[in-house]
Amino acid sequence: MNRLSDAAVAKIEGICERYKDEKTPLMMILSDIQNEYGYIPLEVQELVSKKTGISVAEIYGVVTFYSFFSLTPKGKYVIGCCLGTACYVKGAQQVIDKFSEILEIKPGETSKDGLFTLDALRCIGACGIAPAVTINGKVYPKMTPSQVAEVVKNYKEKEAATA
Amino acid sequence: MALVNIKIEGISYQVESGMTILEAAKACGYEIPSLCAFNHGECNLASCRVCLVEATGARGLVASCVYPVAEGMEIRISSPAAVEARRNSVELLLSNHNKNCQQCDKNGQCELLYVAQLTGARDDAFAGSYSERHIDRIAPALVRDTSKCILCGRCVERCKNAHGLGILGFENRGFNTFVAPAENRSFADSPCIQCGQCVNVCPTGALMENSEIGKIDAAFKAGKHVIVQAAPAVRAALGEEFGYPIGTPVTGKMIAALRRLGFERVYDVNFGADLTIMEEGTELLGRLTNGGVLPMITSCSPGWINYAEYNYGDLLPHLSSCKSPHQMQGAIIKSYWAEQNGIAPEDVFVVSVMPCVAKKFEKEREQEKVNGIADVDAVITTRELARMIKRSGILFNRLPDEEWDQDIMGDYSGAGVIFGVTGGVMEAALRTVYYKLTGKEKEAITFEEVRGHEAGIREASIDINGTVVNVAIASGMKSAKVLLDEIREGKSKYQFIEIMGCPGGCINGGGQPYVRSCFLPNESDDILDTYKEKRAKALYTEDERQVIRQSHNNPQIIELYEKYLGEPNSHKAHELLHTSYAAREGFNELD
Repeated sequence: MNRLSDAAVAKIEGICERYKDEKTPLMMILSDIQNEYGYIPLEVQELVSKKTGISVAEIYGVVTFYSFFSLTPKGKYVIGCCLGTACYVKGAQQVIDKFSEILEIKPGETSKDGLFTLDALRCIGACGIAPAVTINGKVYPKMTPSQVAEVVKNYKEKEAATA
Repeated sequence: MALVNIKIEGISYQVESGMTILEAAKACGYEIPSLCAFNHGECNLASCRVCLVEATGARGLVASCVYPVAEGMEIRISSPAAVEARRNSVELLLSNHNKNCQQCDKNGQCELLYVAQLTGARDDAFAGSYSERHIDRIAPALVRDTSKCILCGRCVERCKNAHGLGILGFENRGFNTFVAPAENRSFADSPCIQCGQCVNVCPTGALMENSEIGKIDAAFKAGKHVIVQAAPAVRAALGEEFGYPIGTPVTGKMIAALRRLGFERVYDVNFGADLTIMEEGTELLGRLTNGGVLPMITSCSPGWINYAEYNYGDLLPHLSSCKSPHQMQGAIIKSYWAEQNGIAPEDVFVVSVMPCVAKKFEKEREQEKVNGIADVDAVITTRELARMIKRSGILFNRLPDEEWDQDIMGDYSGAGVIFGVTGGVMEAALRTVYYKLTGKEKEAITFEEVRGHEAGIREASIDINGTVVNVAIASGMKSAKVLLDEIREGKSKYQFIEIMGCPGGCINGGGQPYVRSCFLPNESDDILDTYKEKRAKALYTEDERQVIRQSHNNPQIIELYEKYLGEPNSHKAHELLHTSYAAREGFNELD
């Protein structure tokens, strides 16, 4: 199942090559691929398997273990809702549920228009401003469910304006 | 090896340093209840926490399967804290386990049930929700049911160790973790070779063969002519299911049992093995003398064929075009035998009893059909046959020794018998090739240099009247890969290679009885190291007992060629006994 472009193959092989002297190179390889492409589909895992000798099942296991890695392309705006202990007791679950409801996607999924991905994060170390939400790195402190609709609307309007 | 002084339950012992507490305790006469640990650390994730003990110098209780002994260590297996912890561990496993034990084919040989009994675990100790259940019944050979899985990782390790494949892995995390091929695909949609080695090591019913006993019941009900044929390796292991020591051949009792199960004819696949040698030997001679593709590689093992099609599509011309023995024999039963008995092929139902689960897949291959009719209709494993015998109330141990049915395909040679062990097909072929090249039989009939019972590679050079044949033998795909890469790089020095999917050959097939010390109290402690050798010996002994030792001297084989097939590799023989291969994509595109 090789539907990757020649350029992608060369790039991924290059990434594998970068860590060929490492004793346990898998995390570094996957991390570079995730940063480069935003996701790591099975075809790419097969290629990494071929280059490193690590089985596809093992690679797939690592990709599905860490929430940082993704199997599917992420949306243009990645909404990260912190569900760490502090955020959780301050009502983060209601916040993420509201995003879910408005965007009609479950955590981990991407909206049909490819605009938004909703991620549930473990503690991001911003407990003082709990519940915290990040959208493409921008931090939204002390979020409440009632603010969610406004935030989403702003991004959609921004998108419509540039389109 | 340096020794260390330890105490177990207050009694002093000297053990080798570097041993785990579990191993050391065993050497001193204690069997610590354990579950995930397997086969000298082949699996040692210490994930099940069943083998917890107290040990001085350690913080809290330790998993004895991975914790090494140390000088002066005092170990308590029987302390209240350790006993309770082990029970709790099993209760936690049970709390997320599908406990429909009475419907589980593993019942009676389930290690979880065994440790539950040992530790006194109660299933309602930790009531709560269950992980989502995933079931794969699509692959003809294997069934995977995650609701029975305890996440021990034995299957993951075995697939890597035997084949270097690693089809199975842990997916997701925490409570959502399960073991599956990547993407939670079916075995059928992954490069799994369906050999069943994972089934052989699974402690529970999470990985099982896809049972076909129901198909046989249906065939009997429909009034078909149900014919059974049993492979050589089955007789070397079936007895284990009925309490016989490992390595006891039970050929006569097995035949008697099959007859009592109602099969119209009871045949030995050895006849098919002899037929395979005639065809494959002739094919090899042809390739040697006519400049054909060399080395030629045997094609009896469907696990190996799967591996070749997934990974070495470019080397498929090296494979012998011969079908495997039971497929050949099935084709003959549905043609020659059916004709002789005036029965339409559609009314004949052929059952193969195999040490193998990949044969379940093989029989479904389109390339294994003659005029749209499958050579074989159902394949059951040695274990499934034992289940059929038990459910029918047959007291196996009291059966008389009976003989195979003798009509048309009752004779077999010793060459056919040894197919069941790695190196056997090679040896059988060499006996016949020797005769064909020299016109006389080899005086010392055995080719000791190709014998063995373990995974790995063996090689030999056989001088036959000045013609030197370099041969190699590999079992387990990890070993086979070495030989295949040599061919790919143009560096292979061999003319003939035997490859078997399972390490050790069919005697260690994925359909053979489970070998577990806890269920074999009368076997020696090292049974996991010796069972392959013992089963192999049972087959070599049967070979020695045969009057006819070479396939080409089997009178019914000679008759079959005279009356029906003409000569080896004839047009008719090709139509019935040969097959073809095609490269396949491991992770195919899903709908």
